[in-house]
Amino acid sequence: MKEHPSKSETGSSLVDYEIIKWHFYIAIGYFFLAILAGLTYSLQFLQKYPFPGVSFLSPGRVRMVHTQSVAYAWLANGIFATLYYMIPKLTGFPVLSRKFSRVLFVVYNALVVATVVMILAGLAQGLEWAETPQILDPFVAVAVVLLVINLMAPVIKSRAQTMYVSLWYIVAGLIWTPLVYVMGNFLPQYVFPGTSGATISSMYIHDLVGLFVTPMGIAMAYYIVPVAMKRPLYSHALSIIGFWGLAFFYPMNSAHHYLFSPIPMWTQYASIVASIGVHVVVYTVVFNILATMASDWKQLVNNLPLRWILFGTIAYLLTCIQCAVQVTLSAQTIIHFTDWVVGHAHFVLLGVFSFWITGWMYYLLPRIWGVPWYSNTLARWHFWLLAIGVSIMQIDLLAAGVVQGLMWKSLSPFIDSVAASMPFWWTRTLSGIAILVGEGCFLTNFYLTWQESRGPRAQAAMGVEATA
Amino acid sequence: MNGKVIEKFSGIFLIAGLFLFVIAVITLAIVPVMMIDKIQPTAGIPQEIPDVMKAEFDSHEAYQAALFRGRDIYIAEGCWHCHSQYVRPTGNENLRYGPVSTPAEYQNNLHLPQLFGTRRVGPDLSREAGKKSNDWHYAHLYKPTSVVPQSVMPEYPWLFTTGNGAPLLGEDGEVVEDEQGNTVFEQIPIPTDDAKAVVAYLQWLGYEAQNRQETQHDFDGVIMPPVE
Repeated sequence: MKEHPSKSETGSSLVDYEIIKWHFYIAIGYFFLAILAGLTYSLQFLQKYPFPGVSFLSPGRVRMVHTQSVAYAWLANGIFATLYYMIPKLTGFPVLSRKFSRVLFVVYNALVVATVVMILAGLAQGLEWAETPQILDPFVAVAVVLLVINLMAPVIKSRAQTMYVSLWYIVAGLIWTPLVYVMGNFLPQYVFPGTSGATISSMYIHDLVGLFVTPMGIAMAYYIVPVAMKRPLYSHALSIIGFWGLAFFYPMNSAHHYLFSPIPMWTQYASIVASIGVHVVVYTVVFNILATMASDWKQLVNNLPLRWILFGTIAYLLTCIQCAVQVTLSAQTIIHFTDWVVGHAHFVLLGVFSFWITGWMYYLLPRIWGVPWYSNTLARWHFWLLAIGVSIMQIDLLAAGVVQGLMWKSLSPFIDSVAASMPFWWTRTLSGIAILVGEGCFLTNFYLTWQESRGPRAQAAMGVEATA
Repeated sequence: MNGKVIEKFSGIFLIAGLFLFVIAVITLAIVPVMMIDKIQPTAGIPQEIPDVMKAEFDSHEAYQAALFRGRDIYIAEGCWHCHSQYVRPTGNENLRYGPVSTPAEYQNNLHLPQLFGTRRVGPDLSREAGKKSNDWHYAHLYKPTSVVPQSVMPEYPWLFTTGNGAPLLGEDGEVVEDEQGNTVFEQIPIPTDDAKAVVAYLQWLGYEAQNRQETQHDFDGVIMPPVE
């Protein structure tokens, strides 16, 4: 594992830096779109929606654009970018074909754009986290399978006998992802109605995060911490326990999204037990990463990428402790159906995985461009606005959830719980604005650095022609 | 460390990637699905048009088509992201909404795909049938704050057209007439077939469950924990 693509390396054939750039660039754009959609949607809760009565900007549709662009556009593209870097580096072989990578990039993102347009046109599918219109589902499934083939080729070619821990997560994640996608998008849509459909749908909701985003995210964290710090991983044994814990417990978490529903109660109990079992995974992973960092804490003061990874790791620990509490039936009585769950989802996908991907961008992009980040001040604002924004949003929505749940149980009129939520919803929108401004700082910094990388001096330093 | 199966490609690919995943799917998806499939459905499309919708539809076919059209709009507009469709045996929900949900009532094609939902910004709708009048629903869909001032529900004016309401009255209290001597009517929103379809669907949700006594959740020897 070399940590720095030197001059010769950017020109070498192992890692395709062009495709990494494409995926990162489009991911940043989608992230901005996702935040904008979420913020716009949140205004509906304040009775201040800017486009009332416009069908294709109806809040219900904008909400689906928000969640779909977070999962399939921002996180997926960010993950693909890091996979195109990690897999060749860890195996010593390039992906199947560079041309294929580029075709897949275009196809996948065309599908994402089509999804957004069709949802706004009122053609969404009625399955949570799977709102991609039914007609696009087969194409997405094929694109995902082809991506897996492209990315799995170097692993198979290398005939690796012992693989670094990141690669375990990547291999398993690459198998799970297409299986999960096909299961969750077709069975509950066409075959199983009602409660049966919900049983499978809940498995999809959980597995999209648990078996695609989580393993890839953990692979990213396990890769970048030792590389950026130039320190060995703290414990190999812990990483084995963590990986196998994930493989065993995560797929069984499913029904915890529909607790107290008509799904057979033993299925719900099993999913609760498995959800608590996830702690094995979380504690080993978090301890391993933090212990690696602890070998040289001083580096964290000035190391920009590591700061993002550290926040994400602590957020990961907090959300998972939260998970074990909220998954119990006593807690579900109050917090199910409330904003608590929304807060949890934001802390997981924004506080953990978005932070890890952003840390990777801070690490990799200047090395690909050959210039350092244009402004450290903007980078600092970016970090603190997002960190404070997501923390406030989380605390705010957890509190809102408890208030809503208790008011429902008290049998006061439903609309009273809406009125009581107003201050919380205002705070949520304000924290969203902080996140938008933070991401604006990043976009500015990104653009200025990118421009500098195209300047004559940077090109000379890179020793390449100004063809990019 | 070399050679341990749990660190090799084959072990990770076959055991973690395929085997454990398939085990989870079988135990926590396929087995419960087989159990649920054995249950006799209790709800479906009513044999007759419910009284509340009789004035809106001429034939049972039209009513049946409207139920599915209404369900599709309910999906497309994302209604199900803010309104759940099951009553839990906890949190006093049976007192607020009605009988606790059972698996049997969801075994029909209007619940394909299922719309259980995971969030309640607005109330649960699985026992909505008959709670409000059709006119209330039309007004509420057109502009929710006109009937519930504090509502945060979006408005859906594209489910309505403009048409003739009552005759327009002048300042003198007389009916206004235009130059040709025709009566002038007040222009008001008129529900389209889509709005009727959505209301038919809302008035169907829980239609049968409400006329049912049994609330216990019992099948294949599995009994829900007691209601608090």
